[in-house]
Amino acid sequence: MRHLLSTKDLDLSTAVGILDVAEDMADVATREVKKLPTLRGKTVINLFFEDSTRTRTSFEVAAKRLSADLINFSAKGSSVSKGESLKDTAQTLAAMGADAVVIRHSASGAAQVLATSDWIDASILNAGDGTHEHPTQALLDAYTMRKRLHGAASRGKDLDGLSVTIVGDILHSRVARSNVWLLQTLGAHVTVVAPATLLPSGIETWPVAVGYDLDEAVDANPDVVMMLRIQAERMNAAFFPNTREYAREWGLDDERLARLRPDTMVMHPGPMVRGLEISASAADSSRSTVLAQVANGVSIRMAVLYLLLASEGGQL
Amino acid sequence: MTVRTVLQPADITRALTRISHEILESQRGFSGHGSLGHGGAGLVLLGIPTRGVVLAQRIGAILESIEPGSGVTGSLDVTMYRDDLAGQPTRAPSPTQIPAGGIDGKTVVLVDDVLYSGRTIRAALDALADHGRPRAVRLAVLVDRGHRELPIRADFVGKNLPTSADEKFRVRLDEVDGFEGVEIE
Repeated sequence: MRHLLSTKDLDLSTAVGILDVAEDMADVATREVKKLPTLRGKTVINLFFEDSTRTRTSFEVAAKRLSADLINFSAKGSSVSKGESLKDTAQTLAAMGADAVVIRHSASGAAQVLATSDWIDASILNAGDGTHEHPTQALLDAYTMRKRLHGAASRGKDLDGLSVTIVGDILHSRVARSNVWLLQTLGAHVTVVAPATLLPSGIETWPVAVGYDLDEAVDANPDVVMMLRIQAERMNAAFFPNTREYAREWGLDDERLARLRPDTMVMHPGPMVRGLEISASAADSSRSTVLAQVANGVSIRMAVLYLLLASEGGQL
Repeated sequence: MTVRTVLQPADITRALTRISHEILESQRGFSGHGSLGHGGAGLVLLGIPTRGVVLAQRIGAILESIEPGSGVTGSLDVTMYRDDLAGQPTRAPSPTQIPAGGIDGKTVVLVDDVLYSGRTIRAALDALADHGRPRAVRLAVLVDRGHRELPIRADFVGKNLPTSADEKFRVRLDEVDGFEGVEIE
């Protein structure tokens, strides 16, 4: 595979392989010189049509730690705001000799379009396309779970038997989708919990159990609880009466936190809206992996960039 | 193709024992301590994955039996520093383990199974520089088969085996392969 578009494309050995390479990349952060010469002379372009703090910076740090040249391109302040199409933008970047394009776009399938068109001959990394997929987020989540479970002995392991409950705006969440496919491949059992209005139609075809009651889900004693943000920017209708009611019914508050096992992981892909889907004390508790997820994101993205770019016609 | 075994298990053990003594010997001269018993101070053995790590551990164990405290070992992965990444299928890196004391001011002995083009060692020297500044870097190999492409030589050699470049050369070690021997095909 020359591109990373979806976690659906990853089989078990490929997925575990990426996580294993990320283990080695993580070691770089502890060294005296936090840089590897591996991707010297490669050009990576961060093509972001949507806002992002974590993902864009994370890819930037990852590319720079591997000595690639990284160019940040955001839709604001570029010719896109003058009406340039994705095709023209892609061809412009191709003419500049990009080896990889990290793309985030509000349209589901934008990364796929770049990868399958002949506009640009570069590796395409999907950094979030609409409500479709966000594969590196799912990989870093899986890495974080594996690291918490197995510590230094993580190499080669999958997530067999782990129970993961994903709570919140499943309908609009690309993170949830990528996680569901990847976690299934890695052998984990996924439950999604949300108000019925925030579950996509066709959820019954997903490899997940569906619940509507967070209290029940908490009492089912999951190993991981992953809270998702309410994506107000994608909401064009009233999906729940008001935010206070949502927080009461589907937010991870202090009382629910107290009922979870002490070693339950509380995950959140960020950005968090404290007081809505997650309480401040849940976000800051020792069970929270939020900052570990950010740190691990750099290692995962280094691993993916390495696997795609280091060898000619690279492959995951 | 015929397979010739050029080193038997006993030959490998003997070669590693000799290398161990030579390492201590040179270290004595180098660190300026004429007396016995100070040779191993400041030594760090770093094996290059995969088989170099096993060899480093074996040499470390021998050093330890001669002079306790002298067998500090670790591993140094050079994958990310190779100059041939582009031409090959993607290689999965191996772990690097630098011993707790670090390598600053130490004498680092790089250990590998076969010395051939010298490119792996070139990569190892680059990798080492990113982990610190050793006082000196030495190279120990089980087999030197010639055909160098870079101005690199080994300080400690188990056996010189001049080969033709189209012969296949294989080092097999118990810990990795389940049996032991050096073969030419």
